[in-house]
Amino acid sequence: MSTNQSLLAVKGLSISFGGLRALNDVHLEIKQGEVVGLIGPNGAGKTTAFNALCGLVTPDAGEFFLDGTSHAWPQTDTLVKLGIARTLQGVGLFSDLTVLENVMIGAQRFSSTGLISAALGRNTKDEAQLKERAIAALEKVYATGIAHRRADTLSYPDTKRVSIARALVCEPKILMLDEPAGGLGAQDIEWMNSLIRNLTATMSVLIVEHHMDVVMSVCDRLYVLNFGEVISSGSAETVRRDPAVIAAYLGTGA
Amino acid sequence: MYELINTTLIGITSGSIYALMAIAIVLVWRSTRIVNFAQAGMALLSTYLGYEFIRIFHSFWIALPLAMVAGALVAALIDLVFMRLLVKHASQGPIAAVAPIIATLGLLGVIRAFISFFWGNQDLAIDSPISNVGYTVGTHTLAISPLKLAILIASLALMGVLTLLFQRTNLGLALRASAFAPEISRLAGVRVDGVRTLGWALAGAAGAAAGMLQTPNGTGTLSPDSIEFSLLLVFGFIAAVIGGLESLLGAVLGGLILGLVLAFVLTYISGSLVFITGFVLLIVVLIALPRGIIGAKGARRA
Repeated sequence: MSTNQSLLAVKGLSISFGGLRALNDVHLEIKQGEVVGLIGPNGAGKTTAFNALCGLVTPDAGEFFLDGTSHAWPQTDTLVKLGIARTLQGVGLFSDLTVLENVMIGAQRFSSTGLISAALGRNTKDEAQLKERAIAALEKVYATGIAHRRADTLSYPDTKRVSIARALVCEPKILMLDEPAGGLGAQDIEWMNSLIRNLTATMSVLIVEHHMDVVMSVCDRLYVLNFGEVISSGSAETVRRDPAVIAAYLGTGA
Repeated sequence: MYELINTTLIGITSGSIYALMAIAIVLVWRSTRIVNFAQAGMALLSTYLGYEFIRIFHSFWIALPLAMVAGALVAALIDLVFMRLLVKHASQGPIAAVAPIIATLGLLGVIRAFISFFWGNQDLAIDSPISNVGYTVGTHTLAISPLKLAILIASLALMGVLTLLFQRTNLGLALRASAFAPEISRLAGVRVDGVRTLGWALAGAAGAAAGMLQTPNGTGTLSPDSIEFSLLLVFGFIAAVIGGLESLLGAVLGGLILGLVLAFVLTYISGSLVFITGFVLLIVVLIALPRGIIGAKGARRA
């Protein structure tokens, strides 16, 4: 695969909620090993775009391309099979499960047993393998030490680590991070930045983020959304100098 | 003294049947967030099918697992052709939360009508496969018979298997995750729809076991408008609510507590107060311990 070919592309994505245009003719593209940022003022449509990519919102129009070939718009539960994993803004860990169990849920696609046979007999080998994968994913975010703690006993930065491990465990080609730095202190943000940069060896990353420092330091390319439309795109430098972007952010303090 | 022992034994036996029904209700609630009023109809239909299996195989003990399989299939079918469609079409607005629950009430009527259409309205008898005469100690007859002992063992075994499935297997993990936060589970690649159908199937099997075991222990007869099965549903609900609706262990404890309370009221106060006691217990638990005796801490937080 050439490095110039886009891994994932979205063309003409439009969504409206009861007459309100949330997204209008949005084009996005992510290449192999790239970190792409989706930014814009509040209500610009970043989260809607993310949700649409995950099949959580059905678009009114839009084409979806994987590895350059047209593909049906993804359904939420087939996303992982397509090699796309996502974290959530609210972290979304299962609070009454352990860290390890939380991560194992992300590894379900490697479970070789069907639902019926799994109900009839337990497949210990299969489960042991899922556990191994989960531990490997926790290693990547340096969280093996908390593997057996219940998710609701974790500190906030730790829940972020675990949610990333749950996304990493399915070995995605594209990782979608929804505000990975949100609510983190300076030290943890530093750690998150280096983690994201390291991930690009094996995957591409799509980020929605408010922290401009994070966006400017980890993203190769940016898309700026305002009122549901892409008003600018390109490298951090290009976007920062774009008058349209400056106008959109004026007064928002970002 | 014997009266005390016997009352306790009656309470435990009937409590273990309520527990099975409560487990069926908890299973559907946990995997789909639907309170399933059709559970009584599903259990009744499975027991009718069990009646046919007894006629074919001349053995209650062969018919019991077959009825459970049939119950599982019926429940899975209900979810596949009916509930899945309903949840999809009524997924928005204030109706989304109640539509499936009201639909299960409709389903209950449909199943009863279906049974009456195929089997007619006459009572069908399921005889006790083993003696239901209590063991005797000296001159006293205990309230535990071979049948009641078998019911107790079967109930406990089923609870054990289901608890292991939920707590120790990968599939149990998927079941717990899907109920907790379906969208997050979908994002993580869990086949939530399939998992939900499986939750219904497990509930169908548990309900079938409750129906098959209760019938020979109770009136011994089946009819489309069986009061016995309506009571089974009501007591199963009360037991599930006492247990907090979320946990299988809670359902079991809820069933046993309800069984014991009712047995003691029956023996020491008055038989006519049994039903009212069940409902009063339900209301008291809802007011005093709305999360049940094992309140799942933070279970609704995602």
